[in-house]
Formats: sequence, structure tokens, C-alpha cells
Amino acid sequence: MPRMTMIEAIRSAMDVAMGRDGTVVVFGEDVGYFGGVFRCTAGLQQKYGKSRCFDTPINESGIVGTAIGMAAYGLRPCVEVQFADYVYPAYDQIVSEAARIRYRSNGQFTCPIVIRMPTGGGIFGGQTHSQSPEALFTHVSGLKVVVPSSPRDAKGLLIAAIEDPDPVIFLEPKRLYNGPFDGHHDRPVTPWSKHPLGEVEDGHYAIPLGKAAVRRAGGDVTVLAYGTMVYVAEAAAQETGIDAEVIDLRTLLPLDLDAIVASVSKTGRCVVVHEATLTSGFGAELAALVQEHCFFNLEAPVRRITGWDTPYPHAQEWDYFPGPARVAEALRAAMEG
Amino acid sequence: MATDPHLSLHVPEPEVRPGGTPDFSKVPIPRAGSVDRPPVDVDPRDIRDLAYSIIRVLNREGEAVGPWAGSLTDEELREGLRHMMTLRAFDARMQMAQRQGKTSFYMQHMGEEAVSCAFRKALSPGDMNFPTYRQAGLLIAGGYPMVEMMNQIFSNSADPLKGRQLPIMYSAREHGFFSISGNLGTQFVQAVGWAMASAISNDTRIAAGWIGDGSTAESDFHAALVFASTYRAPVVLNIVNNQWAISTFQGIARGGSGTFAARGLGFGLPSLRVDGNDYLAVHAVARWATERARRNLGPTLIEYVTYRVGAHSTSDDPSAYRPKEESEAWPLGDPVIRLKNHLIGKGVWSEERHRQAEAEVMDEVIAAQKEAESHGTLHSGGKPSVRDMFEGVYAQMPPHLRRQRQQAGV
Repeated sequence: MPRMTMIEAIRSAMDVAMGRDGTVVVFGEDVGYFGGVFRCTAGLQQKYGKSRCFDTPINESGIVGTAIGMAAYGLRPCVEVQFADYVYPAYDQIVSEAARIRYRSNGQFTCPIVIRMPTGGGIFGGQTHSQSPEALFTHVSGLKVVVPSSPRDAKGLLIAAIEDPDPVIFLEPKRLYNGPFDGHHDRPVTPWSKHPLGEVEDGHYAIPLGKAAVRRAGGDVTVLAYGTMVYVAEAAAQETGIDAEVIDLRTLLPLDLDAIVASVSKTGRCVVVHEATLTSGFGAELAALVQEHCFFNLEAPVRRITGWDTPYPHAQEWDYFPGPARVAEALRAAMEG
Repeated sequence: MATDPHLSLHVPEPEVRPGGTPDFSKVPIPRAGSVDRPPVDVDPRDIRDLAYSIIRVLNREGEAVGPWAGSLTDEELREGLRHMMTLRAFDARMQMAQRQGKTSFYMQHMGEEAVSCAFRKALSPGDMNFPTYRQAGLLIAGGYPMVEMMNQIFSNSADPLKGRQLPIMYSAREHGFFSISGNLGTQFVQAVGWAMASAISNDTRIAAGWIGDGSTAESDFHAALVFASTYRAPVVLNIVNNQWAISTFQGIARGGSGTFAARGLGFGLPSLRVDGNDYLAVHAVARWATERARRNLGPTLIEYVTYRVGAHSTSDDPSAYRPKEESEAWPLGDPVIRLKNHLIGKGVWSEERHRQAEAEVMDEVIAAQKEAESHGTLHSGGKPSVRDMFEGVYAQMPPHLRRQRQQAGV
């Protein structure tokens, strides 16, 4: 099976979708001729022409607004916002428009668009290239939110997102583009070519939205993670010797509650991890759900390990990023009750 | 040293506030018929003056004059008059229904009827409007059933939108009417996207975007213009300048720009100003712009100069921010009366026929209202089910919503 980086897998997903469906169009800032600042769309314009893959003015509300109009027309736009940190000018279009068009028109109009954005930290991008705004979207009724953690998942989930009848926010952990990252920033990066999840099928396959994956089976404590934090959690389990079960949620909305309940009912303990800030983060929703559905199985409070409630710093990146040491500490605390 | 003056902020003010005497003498109104009609494939650089003038067809005597006259037959003009009269009667009844508690909210068109009614007649089946909340003439003149509009306004059991949307935020796909958001300006750029999609698909259909004078200040207005300009989208971009954005006069959004139409010049768009209270002029300019779009010549920006005679909405009282007499002083008159006088002058209409038509139109509106009220009004009779509230958020209801719906007992 071919090996791909997450960038190549994402590109392959768009290539496959555009090849199968003439209504799929791809656009965004620097996306056409240049192929995207992370190269995710490289070659698509040459292959499919300038009317199906093109550069846009620097105007995120314009990108999403026109995508909504195209979707109303009957196309399936898959647009790129260059960094998730740049999405806010488009937030009105996403929240007030894309998310609600099906509802408010009673299905006369729908919005099958995908908004791709690189998310998360780990590249010293400072405040404007590091944010994890997933909770701003999971809080909005009408959106689906996907965060893949590997090339294989990224391709299958992106194809499913493009084929989905509703708007999907597709957050790509940029620190995972070239290889898995476990939070040990001082160690060399393992490339995807040396990781089993870097094996990606060439053709069409979809991974259904709303299905989590067990990344590491275990019996002592459940770790709920997504994106980069999946690898951080695996490292913490490895290093503490605690038999943690690491669940990669993959899709935050719809959420695979069954997988969460099955695991926590078995382990009786739960740690929630994400890069985003704590307060009103998606971890709060996860903790609440675990409490509601697994209360009588719990032997310890649900703990959350997240980014601090500060703007994402530049110089202090590794003090901010919830690395394996902090997750390990939470695992030990969970085991002690 | 220390000779620079203290800085001060410039905040524009309208000429007159309540208590003052309305004075539009500084608003230049060109003579009807005085503005050239260029060919549709004109180089936009050659018609920059059209962004600063006002295209007018009906003169003070009610005659249709000049190069923009003649786009409609007598029969079409009588039909247009009836559409405007219907919209006015519809507004009157729904405004009253709101006062009677049959709905929560209403927005009327008084004074602006010509804009949406005449524009609609320049479109073809399959074209798509992305309207604001004050273009119901697109539905009335397009033959959309009034009873459906009222069902939506009353949020009753027959509401096509299941009670989810504010009154008058219609959606009518089959009638080329995109779902109204209520957010300002967002639809303008969506119209450009729809038009780009038509071009991408080598289709023949075109789009029309709508925005008010105040909302041109939104980023989405500028986003629409740059995308329309870059991709030469087959779209007509309509700015309805009714002078007032709730309490804010148009000068706040216009700033130092001469006119709203002039905003298009920097984007290289053909930018026209038209008398929005002149049914013939609106139609002629709309036809010019739609023909450009259809011939793949690209977008056109149009500013309709009109006046919002009524309140912004039923939640607004304009006497707090403008003189009551201001609408009387508005120099472009009333669109219904102007078209009526034109037809009478031509000998194809009469005062008596007009009175008769007024009565017929009101009968039709009242009959539609009776039928709509048989399905309920906001607080009495039939209503959408609570179950509908949970439906349609997604194509397929995700488990968390199903659980919440169960918790709600529906």
C-alpha cells in the first residue's frame, strides 16, 4: 500500500472527490496556482482547471460566503481557510448562514460545504497560527466537526466530509502534517513513511463521520483525545506504564458516545485531553457526558488536561502545550482516585 | 512647537432632525431622460459618470422620456401597477395583523414597491435572488401565493418553514428566492458565489444580490464586489438606498464616497444610479444589467435611490430620528402614484379603474389572510409541532439531538 504524509492524503482525498464528482470545487487563498501554503492542493488546478481549483482574494467571509452560494446552487465546495486562526471574519457566514440554511429554509436549500483549516500548535506559530477553535464550532447547531489524526483517517474522513449533505468543519492538526508528534519536541520527528497509519489506499474510501477509533486498548483508564493529543496520550501511557485505553474521537460532532461509554464503563476512570483552552472547551462537554452516562461506574473524578486559558504564546510554547508530562500526571492522579 | 490643533472626530449628521423642516434641495435630481443609455458591452471606464447621476424615465408630467424609456408594453405596465398595489395592500393588512397580535414582527415596503416589483420582471425562470427583508415584491410579482407568505408570517401549522424563522424571512427556492437570514449583508456575497457556480457549470442562469445602504458598510459587501469583479460573475448587485438604516441616515455608511454606486468604480464594475420610485426606470436598468450578465459580460452594481416612508419595522418609531413630514418632501414622489399617472396620461388607465383595482387587490389580500388564519396565527389556532424544532438541523438527526428530543417529550 502507498505511503503518504497527511498533506498527500488530504490532497489525494480532494483529487479523488474531484475526479468522481464534477460539482466538487476547491478554492482559497494561495490554493490554486501555488497549491496552498501547506501544499495540500498542489497539482489540483493543473489537473482540473482554473474553474474548479482557484485562488481567492484575501477575504475569508468571501470564501465561505461564496461557497455557501455555490452550495445553494448545487456545487460541493471544499474550501481552505489558510489557518484556523483566520476563520473569524467568516464566522458569521458559518454560524448564521451555513449552519442554519437547511433548517431555516426547511430543506429547500442545503449547504454541503467543507471548510478545511490547519489547526493547533506545535510549530511556534504564536497566537495567529496555533489556535484550536473546535469548540466554537461544536457549539453551533448545524455544523459537523472533524479532527483527523493520521493520513489514513484524514483521507477517508475528508472524502466522507465532501460527500456529506451538511456543512463540515475539517480541522487539520498542522503539527501532524508530516509525521506523528507525541509532544517530545526535543526528539526527532518520525515521518509518516515509518508509521503504519501512513499507509493510505490510492482510490476512493470513506471513513464514516461519528465513529471513534481505539488507538491503544487498555483496562485502567480511558483517555479521550483527538488530533495531535492522541499521540501525546499514547506516549504518556507508554511512559507511565499505566494501562490506558486511548480513544481517538476523530469526529467531535456527531460524537461516538457509544465508544466513550463502553470504554469508561470498563475502566471506571477517564481523562480528557485537548490543546484548546480549558474553559468552555470541548472537554467540558466530554466530561459532562461521561458524568451523565457513566456516573455509577466512575471511581475517580474526570480530569481535563488542556491548553491554559491564555492566548497561545510564542516563546513559552512548550510550557503551554499540554505535553506528555502533564498527561502522565493526570493518568497517575486518576489511578489514585 | 505646539501649534498643531487638537484633533476632533467627524461624525456625519443628516441635514434635518425631528422638529426641523425637511429640505432635500441639496439632493441633485437630474431631469428625466437626460442620462445616456450605453450599449451593454460598454467599457465600464466610459460610464463612470452614471455612478453619480440618476437614471429617470418618468418626468413631472408623467411622460416616459429619454433613451431608457420603452422597455415595457402598456399591458406589462398595468400588471406592474397591480403588483405594487398588491404589495402595498399586503403590507397594510400584515402591519395591522401585527398590531392585533397575530404575529410578532413585520416589515413593510411603503415607498419602495417599485424596486423589487419591477426588478422581478427583468429576471427569467431559474434565476436566483439573494434578497434582504424588504424585497417581498420579488415574490408578489413572481406569482408566489400570498397565503404561503402569510402562513410564514403567522408561524401557523401550514408555515412552509415550520415556525423556525422570524416573520417575513421567507424562503422560496422554486420562485428564485433564497432563504432570508436577517443577518446584514451576508447574502450579497452568496449571490456572487451562486453566479460563479452558474459560470463554472456553463449554465445560462444568473443571480441577483440585494443589500441596503447601511449594510454596504459590512465586509461582505466588499467581499461581494471583489469576487464579482475578479471572476466577472453573472450577477446583478442591487443596493437599495432608502436613506435610512433604522435610525442611521445613509451618510454614515456612505462616508466620504459621493454615492453608493460609486463604490463599484474602484472594482471596475459598471455602476449605475437609478430613480427607485420610477417603475419604468428600475425595469429598464434591471433589464440592461441582466442582459449584461446573461451575455457573460459580468456584474453590474445598481443603486436605487428611494425613500423608506414607513418605519424600519414594527419595532421602530421613526419620529424619534427624522421629521414626520420628510417622506412628503421626498423629491422622487410615490412609485404607485407616478405609474398610475403615467398610465392615465397615456389613456390606458383611469381614476375609476384604479379605485376598482384597489378594491379588487384588497379583496384578494383579505381572502388570502382568511385562508392563512384558518391554519392559525402566532398565538392561536394551528401551530407547527415542537418536534419540528428538532428536525432539519442535519439531513439525519444525530444521536445527541435525538436524546434531547426524547428529553423534551416529543
